[in-house]
Amino acid sequence: MTTVGAAGILLGKELRLEFRSRELLSATIIFALVVVVLFSFAFDPTAAESRRYGPGLLWIAFLFAGSLMLNPSFSREQTNETLDALRMAPISPFAILLGKMLANFIFMSVAELVLVPVFAVLYNISIVGIVWRLVLVLSLGTTGLVVTGTVFSAVSAQARMRELLLPLLLLPILTPLLIAAVESTASLFQEQPSLDRTRVAFLAGFDIVFLTASWLLCDYLLED
Amino acid sequence: MPANANSAGFPSSASPLGISFQNVEKRFGALAALRGISLQIEPGEFVALLGHNGAGKTTLLRIAALLMNPSRGSVGFISAAKDGHRDGAAHGPECKPKHAIGMVAHSTLLYDELTAAENLSLFAKLYGLGEIADRVAGALRDCGLESRAGSLVRTFSRGMRQRLAIARALLHDPSILLLDEPAAGLDRQGLVWFSAKLAALKQAGCTIVMSTHARNESLELATRAVALATGSVKQDSGTAGDPRPLLASLRAEA
Repeated sequence: MTTVGAAGILLGKELRLEFRSRELLSATIIFALVVVVLFSFAFDPTAAESRRYGPGLLWIAFLFAGSLMLNPSFSREQTNETLDALRMAPISPFAILLGKMLANFIFMSVAELVLVPVFAVLYNISIVGIVWRLVLVLSLGTTGLVVTGTVFSAVSAQARMRELLLPLLLLPILTPLLIAAVESTASLFQEQPSLDRTRVAFLAGFDIVFLTASWLLCDYLLED
Repeated sequence: MPANANSAGFPSSASPLGISFQNVEKRFGALAALRGISLQIEPGEFVALLGHNGAGKTTLLRIAALLMNPSRGSVGFISAAKDGHRDGAAHGPECKPKHAIGMVAHSTLLYDELTAAENLSLFAKLYGLGEIADRVAGALRDCGLESRAGSLVRTFSRGMRQRLAIARALLHDPSILLLDEPAAGLDRQGLVWFSAKLAALKQAGCTIVMSTHARNESLELATRAVALATGSVKQDSGTAGDPRPLLASLRAEA
Protein backbone atom coordinates (compact mmCIF):
# COMPACT_ATOMS: atom_id res chain seq x y z
CA MET A 1 0.00 0.00 0.00
CA THR A 2 1.52 3.33 -1.04
CA THR A 3 1.44 6.29 1.33
CA VAL A 4 -0.72 8.30 -1.05
CA GLY A 5 -3.10 5.35 -1.55
CA ALA A 6 -3.51 4.87 2.22
CA ALA A 7 -3.93 8.63 2.72
CA GLY A 8 -6.67 8.59 0.07
CA ILE A 9 -8.52 5.80 1.92
CA LEU A 10 -8.24 7.72 5.19
CA LEU A 11 -9.37 10.94 3.49
CA GLY A 12 -12.49 9.10 2.34
CA LYS A 13 -13.09 8.00 5.93
CA GLU A 14 -12.65 11.56 7.25
CA LEU A 15 -15.07 12.98 4.67
CA ARG A 16 -17.63 10.29 5.44
CA LEU A 17 -17.38 10.91 9.20
CA GLU A 18 -17.74 14.66 8.71
CA PHE A 19 -20.65 14.21 6.31
CA ARG A 20 -22.40 12.15 9.01
CA SER A 21 -21.67 14.40 12.00
CA ARG A 22 -21.17 17.85 10.35
CA GLU A 23 -19.44 18.86 13.59
CA LEU A 24 -16.29 20.50 12.29
CA LEU A 25 -17.51 22.27 9.20
CA SER A 26 -20.65 23.84 10.61
CA ALA A 27 -18.87 25.12 13.75
CA THR A 28 -15.98 26.49 11.71
CA ILE A 29 -18.12 28.32 9.17
CA ILE A 30 -20.47 29.81 11.75
CA PHE A 31 -17.61 30.98 13.94
CA ALA A 32 -15.71 32.60 11.05
CA LEU A 33 -18.87 34.29 9.76
CA VAL A 34 -19.64 35.71 13.20
CA VAL A 35 -16.14 37.21 13.44
CA VAL A 36 -16.39 38.84 10.00
CA VAL A 37 -19.92 40.16 10.53
CA LEU A 38 -19.19 41.54 14.03
CA PHE A 39 -16.10 43.40 12.85
CA SER A 40 -18.09 44.96 10.01
CA PHE A 41 -20.11 46.75 12.72
CA ALA A 42 -17.01 47.79 14.66
CA PHE A 43 -15.76 50.25 12.02
CA ASP A 44 -17.02 51.88 8.87
CA PRO A 45 -16.07 49.42 6.16
CA THR A 46 -15.32 51.84 3.32
CA ALA A 47 -12.99 50.49 0.64
CA ALA A 48 -10.01 52.44 2.02
CA GLU A 49 -10.60 51.26 5.61
CA SER A 50 -11.13 47.71 4.44
CA ARG A 51 -7.83 47.72 2.57
CA ARG A 52 -6.10 48.64 5.83
CA TYR A 53 -7.85 46.26 8.24
CA GLY A 54 -9.45 43.66 5.97
CA PRO A 55 -6.52 41.29 5.32
CA GLY A 56 -5.64 40.99 9.03
CA LEU A 57 -9.26 40.48 9.96
CA LEU A 58 -9.76 37.86 7.29
CA TRP A 59 -6.76 35.84 8.48
CA ILE A 60 -7.78 36.19 12.13
CA ALA A 61 -11.11 34.64 11.17
CA PHE A 62 -9.29 31.82 9.32
CA LEU A 63 -6.89 31.27 12.22
CA PHE A 64 -9.55 31.06 14.93
CA ALA A 65 -11.80 28.93 12.76
CA GLY A 66 -8.83 26.70 11.93
CA SER A 67 -7.93 26.27 15.62
CA LEU A 68 -11.51 25.30 16.33
CA MET A 69 -11.53 22.77 13.50
CA LEU A 70 -8.07 21.28 14.00
CA ASN A 71 -8.46 20.49 17.69
CA PRO A 72 -10.83 17.51 17.28
CA SER A 73 -8.87 16.22 14.29
CA PHE A 74 -6.92 13.70 16.39
CA SER A 75 -8.78 13.89 19.67
CA ARG A 76 -11.85 12.26 18.14
CA GLU A 77 -9.69 9.25 17.25
CA GLN A 78 -9.44 8.69 21.00
CA THR A 79 -13.11 7.88 21.54
CA ASN A 80 -12.54 4.19 20.82
CA GLU A 81 -8.76 4.41 20.48
CA THR A 82 -9.15 4.11 16.73
CA LEU A 83 -5.73 5.69 16.23
CA ASP A 84 -4.27 2.44 17.61
CA ALA A 85 -6.11 0.50 14.91
CA LEU A 86 -4.67 2.82 12.24
CA ARG A 87 -1.18 2.56 13.72
CA MET A 88 -1.39 -1.24 13.69
CA ALA A 89 -2.34 -1.29 10.00
CA PRO A 90 0.56 -1.93 7.59
CA ILE A 91 0.66 1.65 6.31
CA SER A 92 3.13 4.50 6.70
CA PRO A 93 2.40 6.66 9.77
CA PHE A 94 2.74 9.63 7.42
CA ALA A 95 -0.34 8.36 5.55
CA ILE A 96 -2.37 8.88 8.75
CA LEU A 97 -1.13 12.48 9.01
CA LEU A 98 -1.52 13.13 5.29
CA GLY A 99 -5.11 11.85 5.26
CA LYS A 100 -5.96 14.22 8.12
CA MET A 101 -4.14 17.12 6.44
CA LEU A 102 -6.00 16.63 3.17
CA ALA A 103 -9.34 16.42 4.96
CA ASN A 104 -8.60 19.53 7.03
CA PHE A 105 -7.50 21.39 3.89
CA ILE A 106 -10.80 20.53 2.20
CA PHE A 107 -12.82 21.61 5.26
CA MET A 108 -10.90 24.90 5.55
CA SER A 109 -11.27 25.54 1.82
CA VAL A 110 -15.04 25.04 2.03
CA ALA A 111 -15.17 27.48 4.97
CA GLU A 112 -13.12 30.02 3.00
CA LEU A 113 -15.33 29.56 -0.05
CA VAL A 114 -18.29 30.64 2.06
CA LEU A 115 -16.45 33.32 4.00
CA VAL A 116 -14.56 35.24 1.29
CA PRO A 117 -17.62 36.33 -0.79
CA VAL A 118 -19.41 37.43 2.42
CA PHE A 119 -16.29 39.36 3.43
CA ALA A 120 -16.05 41.01 -0.02
CA VAL A 121 -19.67 42.20 0.17
CA LEU A 122 -19.56 43.42 3.78
CA TYR A 123 -16.20 45.20 3.38
CA ASN A 124 -16.67 46.69 -0.11
CA ILE A 125 -13.73 44.87 -1.64
CA SER A 126 -13.91 43.71 -5.23
CA ILE A 127 -12.28 40.32 -5.71
CA VAL A 128 -13.41 39.82 -9.31
CA GLY A 129 -10.09 40.78 -10.89
CA ILE A 130 -7.89 39.00 -8.35
CA VAL A 131 -9.68 35.69 -7.94
CA TRP A 132 -6.86 33.36 -9.08
CA ARG A 133 -4.13 35.30 -7.29
CA LEU A 134 -6.26 35.30 -4.13
CA VAL A 135 -6.84 31.55 -4.50
CA LEU A 136 -3.06 31.06 -4.71
CA VAL A 137 -2.39 33.11 -1.55
CA LEU A 138 -5.26 31.51 0.37
CA SER A 139 -4.21 28.00 -0.72
CA LEU A 140 -0.60 28.48 0.37
CA GLY A 141 -1.60 30.11 3.65
CA THR A 142 -4.23 27.47 4.37
CA THR A 143 -1.78 24.67 3.59
CA GLY A 144 0.65 26.04 6.16
CA LEU A 145 -2.12 26.46 8.72
CA VAL A 146 -3.46 22.96 8.14
CA VAL A 147 -0.06 21.17 8.05
CA THR A 148 1.20 22.71 11.30
CA GLY A 149 -2.27 22.52 12.90
CA THR A 150 -2.64 18.82 12.12
CA VAL A 151 0.83 18.04 13.44
CA PHE A 152 0.20 19.90 16.70
CA SER A 153 -3.25 18.36 16.97
CA ALA A 154 -1.49 14.96 16.99
CA VAL A 155 0.95 16.20 19.63
CA SER A 156 -1.69 17.73 21.90
CA ALA A 157 -4.37 15.03 21.46
CA GLN A 158 -3.19 13.01 24.46
CA ALA A 159 -2.76 16.01 26.75
CA ARG A 160 -5.35 16.72 29.39
CA MET A 161 -5.77 20.41 28.46
CA ARG A 162 -5.56 19.90 24.73
CA GLU A 163 -8.08 22.66 23.89
CA LEU A 164 -5.71 25.15 25.51
CA LEU A 165 -2.50 23.47 24.42
CA LEU A 166 -3.12 23.53 20.67
CA PRO A 167 -3.43 27.32 20.28
CA LEU A 168 -0.49 27.80 22.65
CA LEU A 169 1.71 25.57 20.50
CA LEU A 170 0.30 26.73 17.20
CA LEU A 171 0.19 30.52 17.39
CA PRO A 172 3.93 31.21 17.88
CA ILE A 173 4.83 28.80 15.06
CA LEU A 174 2.24 30.31 12.74
CA THR A 175 3.19 33.96 13.31
CA PRO A 176 5.64 34.20 10.35
CA LEU A 177 3.13 32.45 8.09
CA LEU A 178 0.31 34.77 9.15
CA ILE A 179 2.42 37.90 8.61
CA ALA A 180 3.32 36.74 5.09
CA ALA A 181 -0.30 35.74 4.36
CA VAL A 182 -1.69 39.08 5.60
CA GLU A 183 0.90 41.10 3.63
CA SER A 184 0.25 39.09 0.44
CA THR A 185 -3.51 39.51 0.82
CA ALA A 186 -3.06 43.25 1.50
CA SER A 187 -1.11 43.63 -1.77
CA LEU A 188 -4.01 42.04 -3.62
CA PHE A 189 -6.59 44.33 -1.95
CA GLN A 190 -4.81 47.53 -3.08
CA GLU A 191 -6.37 49.77 -5.76
CA GLN A 192 -3.65 48.50 -8.09
CA PRO A 193 -3.51 44.82 -7.03
CA SER A 194 -0.17 43.05 -7.25
CA LEU A 195 1.13 39.65 -6.21
CA ASP A 196 3.87 39.99 -3.60
CA ARG A 197 6.16 37.30 -5.01
CA THR A 198 8.60 37.36 -2.08
CA ARG A 199 5.83 36.74 0.45
CA VAL A 200 4.23 34.08 -1.75
CA ALA A 201 7.61 32.33 -2.06
CA PHE A 202 7.92 32.48 1.75
CA LEU A 203 4.47 30.90 2.13
CA ALA A 204 5.43 28.09 -0.27
CA GLY A 205 8.74 27.58 1.55
CA PHE A 206 6.97 27.44 4.94
CA ASP A 207 4.60 24.78 3.59
CA ILE A 208 7.43 22.67 2.18
CA VAL A 209 9.53 22.89 5.35
CA PHE A 210 6.70 21.87 7.68
CA LEU A 211 5.40 19.17 5.37
CA THR A 212 8.90 17.69 5.16
CA ALA A 213 9.34 17.97 8.94
CA SER A 214 6.03 16.18 9.54
CA TRP A 215 7.12 13.42 7.15
CA LEU A 216 10.44 13.00 8.96
CA LEU A 217 8.92 13.11 12.45
CA CYS A 218 5.66 11.23 11.88
CA ASP A 219 6.88 8.09 13.74
CA TYR A 220 7.50 10.13 16.90
CA LEU A 221 4.40 12.28 16.51
CA LEU A 222 2.05 9.30 16.57
CA GLU A 223 3.93 7.30 19.19
CA ASP A 224 2.11 6.39 22.39
CA MET B 1 -13.01 -16.13 2.83
CA PRO B 2 -9.83 -16.29 0.73
CA ALA B 3 -9.15 -19.44 -1.23
CA ASN B 4 -6.07 -20.40 0.80
CA ALA B 5 -7.71 -19.96 4.18
CA ASN B 6 -9.07 -22.74 6.31
CA SER B 7 -12.25 -22.79 8.37
CA ALA B 8 -10.70 -20.57 11.05
CA GLY B 9 -9.98 -17.88 8.51
CA PHE B 10 -6.24 -18.33 9.15
CA PRO B 11 -4.21 -18.80 5.97
CA SER B 12 -2.88 -22.36 5.98
CA SER B 13 0.04 -21.49 3.69
CA ALA B 14 1.45 -18.83 6.00
CA SER B 15 4.28 -19.73 8.33
CA PRO B 16 3.11 -19.10 11.90
CA LEU B 17 5.02 -16.55 13.94
CA GLY B 18 6.00 -16.49 17.59
CA ILE B 19 7.05 -13.59 19.79
CA SER B 20 10.27 -13.12 21.67
CA PHE B 21 10.51 -10.59 24.51
CA GLN B 22 14.07 -10.01 25.63
CA ASN B 23 14.57 -8.23 28.93
CA VAL B 24 11.69 -5.87 28.18
CA GLU B 25 11.25 -2.94 30.52
CA LYS B 26 8.65 -0.20 30.27
CA ARG B 27 8.58 2.88 32.44
CA PHE B 28 5.96 5.63 32.60
CA GLY B 29 7.88 8.34 34.38
CA ALA B 30 8.80 6.93 37.77
CA LEU B 31 6.43 3.98 37.43
CA ALA B 32 7.90 0.71 36.14
CA ALA B 33 5.09 -1.11 34.32
CA LEU B 34 7.33 -3.95 33.11
CA ARG B 35 10.56 -5.01 34.81
CA GLY B 36 12.85 -7.01 32.54
CA ILE B 37 10.45 -9.53 31.03
CA SER B 38 12.07 -12.28 28.97
CA LEU B 39 9.55 -14.59 27.38
CA GLN B 40 9.66 -16.74 24.28
CA ILE B 41 6.24 -17.52 22.80
CA GLU B 42 6.61 -20.25 20.22
CA PRO B 43 4.68 -20.21 16.93
CA GLY B 44 1.26 -21.81 17.39
CA GLU B 45 1.19 -21.51 21.19
CA PHE B 46 -1.94 -20.38 23.00
CA VAL B 47 -0.69 -18.40 25.98
CA ALA B 48 -2.99 -17.30 28.78
CA LEU B 49 -1.59 -14.11 30.32
CA LEU B 50 -2.87 -13.75 33.84
CA GLY B 51 -2.41 -11.32 36.67
CA HIS B 52 -4.11 -8.74 38.83
CA ASN B 53 -4.93 -5.22 37.64
CA GLY B 54 -1.71 -3.29 37.05
CA ALA B 55 0.40 -6.43 36.62
CA GLY B 56 1.54 -5.26 33.17
CA LYS B 57 -0.58 -7.48 30.88
CA THR B 58 -1.93 -4.68 28.69
CA THR B 59 1.48 -2.99 28.43
CA LEU B 60 3.09 -6.27 27.34
CA LEU B 61 0.38 -6.83 24.70
CA ARG B 62 0.72 -3.24 23.40
CA ILE B 63 4.48 -3.72 23.04
CA ALA B 64 3.86 -7.00 21.17
CA ALA B 65 1.38 -5.16 18.92
CA LEU B 66 4.11 -2.61 18.10
CA LEU B 67 1.95 0.17 19.53
CA MET B 68 4.51 0.98 22.20
CA ASN B 69 8.29 0.83 22.31
CA PRO B 70 9.93 -0.73 25.35
CA SER B 71 12.07 1.58 27.49
CA ARG B 72 14.73 -1.15 27.46
CA GLY B 73 15.05 -4.56 25.85
CA SER B 74 13.51 -5.69 22.59
CA VAL B 75 10.62 -7.59 21.07
CA GLY B 76 11.13 -9.77 18.02
CA PHE B 77 9.18 -12.25 15.94
CA ILE B 78 10.09 -15.87 15.31
CA SER B 79 8.94 -17.86 12.33
CA ALA B 80 9.02 -21.64 12.09
CA ALA B 81 9.25 -23.52 8.82
CA LYS B 82 7.13 -26.64 8.32
CA ASP B 83 9.94 -28.91 9.53
CA GLY B 84 10.09 -27.03 12.78
CA HIS B 85 13.38 -25.29 11.93
CA ARG B 86 13.52 -21.79 13.29
CA ASP B 87 14.02 -19.05 10.74
CA GLY B 88 16.35 -16.52 12.33
CA ALA B 89 15.80 -13.98 9.56
CA ALA B 90 12.44 -12.99 10.96
CA HIS B 91 13.80 -12.60 14.44
CA GLY B 92 14.86 -9.23 15.81
CA PRO B 93 13.55 -5.80 16.63
CA GLU B 94 13.88 -4.73 12.99
CA CYS B 95 11.24 -7.29 11.95
CA LYS B 96 7.83 -5.60 12.28
CA PRO B 97 5.23 -7.84 10.66
CA LYS B 98 2.15 -5.66 11.00
CA HIS B 99 0.30 -7.82 8.49
CA ALA B 100 0.68 -10.77 10.84
CA ILE B 101 -0.73 -9.16 13.98
CA GLY B 102 -4.37 -8.86 14.98
CA MET B 103 -5.46 -7.32 18.26
CA VAL B 104 -8.61 -7.08 20.32
CA ALA B 105 -8.01 -4.30 22.84
CA HIS B 106 -9.90 -2.84 25.80
CA SER B 107 -11.54 -0.36 23.41
CA THR B 108 -13.29 -1.57 20.31
CA LEU B 109 -10.99 0.28 17.85
CA LEU B 110 -14.10 0.97 15.76
CA TYR B 111 -15.59 4.19 14.42
CA ASP B 112 -19.00 4.82 15.99
CA GLU B 113 -20.14 6.99 13.07
CA LEU B 114 -19.39 4.33 10.46
CA THR B 115 -21.56 1.30 9.81
CA ALA B 116 -20.35 -2.20 10.66
CA ALA B 117 -19.64 -2.91 6.98
CA GLU B 118 -17.88 0.45 6.49
CA ASN B 119 -15.62 -0.20 9.49
CA LEU B 120 -14.56 -3.62 8.21
CA SER B 121 -14.23 -2.34 4.66
CA LEU B 122 -11.97 0.52 5.80
CA PHE B 123 -9.56 -1.84 7.54
CA ALA B 124 -9.71 -4.37 4.70
CA LYS B 125 -8.54 -1.61 2.35
CA LEU B 126 -5.79 -0.46 4.73
CA TYR B 127 -4.50 -4.05 4.96
CA GLY B 128 -4.54 -4.27 1.17
CA LEU B 129 -6.92 -7.25 1.13
CA GLY B 130 -8.62 -8.47 -2.02
CA GLU B 131 -12.30 -9.30 -2.62
CA ILE B 132 -13.26 -6.83 0.05
CA ALA B 133 -17.05 -7.08 -0.33
CA ASP B 134 -17.00 -10.88 -0.01
CA ARG B 135 -14.55 -10.80 2.87
CA VAL B 136 -16.57 -8.18 4.79
CA ALA B 137 -19.83 -10.04 4.18
CA GLY B 138 -18.19 -13.29 5.36
CA ALA B 139 -16.82 -11.65 8.52
CA LEU B 140 -20.21 -10.12 9.36
CA ARG B 141 -21.97 -13.43 8.77
CA ASP B 142 -19.40 -15.20 10.94
CA CYS B 143 -19.89 -12.86 13.90
CA GLY B 144 -23.68 -12.87 13.55
CA LEU B 145 -24.05 -9.23 12.50
CA GLU B 146 -24.99 -9.76 8.87
CA SER B 147 -28.43 -8.22 9.37
CA ARG B 148 -26.89 -5.11 10.96
CA ALA B 149 -24.23 -4.55 8.29
CA GLY B 150 -25.66 -1.14 7.38
CA SER B 151 -26.23 0.08 10.95
CA LEU B 152 -23.99 2.66 12.59
CA VAL B 153 -21.77 1.12 15.26
CA ARG B 154 -22.99 3.66 17.82
CA THR B 155 -26.40 1.96 17.71
CA PHE B 156 -24.86 -1.41 18.72
CA SER B 157 -24.96 -2.96 22.17
CA ARG B 158 -21.64 -3.57 24.00
CA GLY B 159 -21.70 -7.25 23.06
CA MET B 160 -22.36 -6.53 19.38
CA ARG B 161 -19.50 -4.03 19.33
CA GLN B 162 -17.20 -6.62 20.88
CA ARG B 163 -18.16 -9.20 18.25
CA LEU B 164 -17.43 -6.66 15.53
CA ALA B 165 -14.12 -5.75 17.22
CA ILE B 166 -13.14 -9.43 17.14
CA ALA B 167 -14.21 -9.69 13.48
CA ARG B 168 -12.09 -6.61 12.68
CA ALA B 169 -9.04 -8.12 14.39
CA LEU B 170 -9.42 -11.37 12.40
CA LEU B 171 -10.25 -9.74 9.07
CA HIS B 172 -6.72 -9.99 7.65
CA ASP B 173 -6.14 -13.55 8.89
CA PRO B 174 -3.39 -12.69 11.39
CA SER B 175 -0.93 -15.36 12.42
CA ILE B 176 -0.49 -13.69 15.83
CA LEU B 177 -3.63 -12.80 17.76
CA LEU B 178 -3.31 -10.56 20.81
CA LEU B 179 -6.40 -10.48 23.00
CA ASP B 180 -6.83 -8.09 25.91
CA GLU B 181 -9.87 -9.14 27.96
CA PRO B 182 -11.65 -10.14 24.74
CA ALA B 183 -14.74 -11.61 26.37
CA ALA B 184 -15.79 -8.29 27.94
CA GLY B 185 -19.42 -7.58 27.13
CA LEU B 186 -20.11 -10.89 25.36
CA ASP B 187 -23.30 -12.70 26.34
CA ARG B 188 -23.56 -16.49 26.72
CA GLN B 189 -24.12 -16.99 22.98
CA GLY B 190 -21.24 -14.64 22.20
CA LEU B 191 -18.91 -16.53 24.53
CA VAL B 192 -19.77 -19.83 22.84
CA TRP B 193 -19.09 -18.29 19.43
CA PHE B 194 -15.83 -16.79 20.65
CA SER B 195 -14.61 -20.04 22.22
CA ALA B 196 -15.38 -21.93 18.99
CA LYS B 197 -13.51 -19.26 17.02
CA LEU B 198 -10.47 -19.53 19.29
CA ALA B 199 -10.51 -23.34 19.05
CA ALA B 200 -10.53 -23.13 15.24
CA LEU B 201 -7.69 -20.57 15.23
CA LYS B 202 -5.64 -22.71 17.61
CA GLN B 203 -6.26 -25.74 15.41
CA ALA B 204 -5.05 -23.75 12.41
CA GLY B 205 -1.76 -22.90 14.14
CA CYS B 206 -2.40 -19.28 15.02
CA THR B 207 -0.28 -17.94 17.88
CA ILE B 208 -2.65 -16.59 20.52
CA VAL B 209 -1.80 -14.49 23.57
CA MET B 210 -4.84 -13.77 25.69
CA SER B 211 -4.91 -11.56 28.73
CA THR B 212 -7.86 -12.44 30.91
CA HIS B 213 -9.01 -13.32 34.37
CA ALA B 214 -8.56 -16.84 35.71
CA ARG B 215 -12.22 -17.83 35.41
CA ASN B 216 -12.54 -17.32 31.65
CA GLU B 217 -13.85 -20.54 30.07
CA SER B 218 -11.70 -20.08 26.95
CA LEU B 219 -8.65 -20.76 29.11
CA GLU B 220 -9.34 -24.48 28.72
CA LEU B 221 -7.84 -24.07 25.25
CA ALA B 222 -4.58 -22.56 26.52
CA THR B 223 -1.38 -24.57 26.02
CA ARG B 224 0.62 -22.37 28.37
CA ALA B 225 -0.12 -20.07 31.30
CA VAL B 226 2.01 -17.10 32.31
CA ALA B 227 1.23 -15.17 35.48
CA LEU B 228 2.48 -11.60 35.79
CA ALA B 229 2.83 -9.65 39.03
CA THR B 230 4.05 -6.04 39.34
CA GLY B 231 5.59 -6.09 35.88
CA SER B 232 7.50 -9.38 36.17
CA VAL B 233 6.82 -12.99 35.24
CA LYS B 234 5.74 -14.60 38.51
CA GLN B 235 4.96 -18.10 37.18
CA ASP B 236 5.23 -19.76 33.77
CA SER B 237 3.99 -23.26 32.99
CA GLY B 238 6.44 -23.35 30.06
CA THR B 239 6.09 -24.36 26.43
CA ALA B 240 6.08 -28.10 27.08
CA GLY B 241 4.40 -27.94 30.48
CA ASP B 242 0.79 -28.41 31.49
CA PRO B 243 -0.92 -25.07 32.19
CA ARG B 244 -3.81 -26.61 34.15
CA PRO B 245 -2.17 -26.76 37.63
CA LEU B 246 -1.15 -23.10 37.37
CA LEU B 247 -4.59 -22.09 36.09
CA ALA B 248 -6.23 -24.06 38.91
CA SER B 249 -4.08 -22.37 41.56
CA LEU B 250 -4.78 -18.92 40.10
CA ARG B 251 -8.51 -19.73 40.04
CA ALA B 252 -8.31 -20.68 43.69
CA GLU B 253 -6.57 -17.37 44.47
CA ALA B 254 -9.11 -15.31 42.54
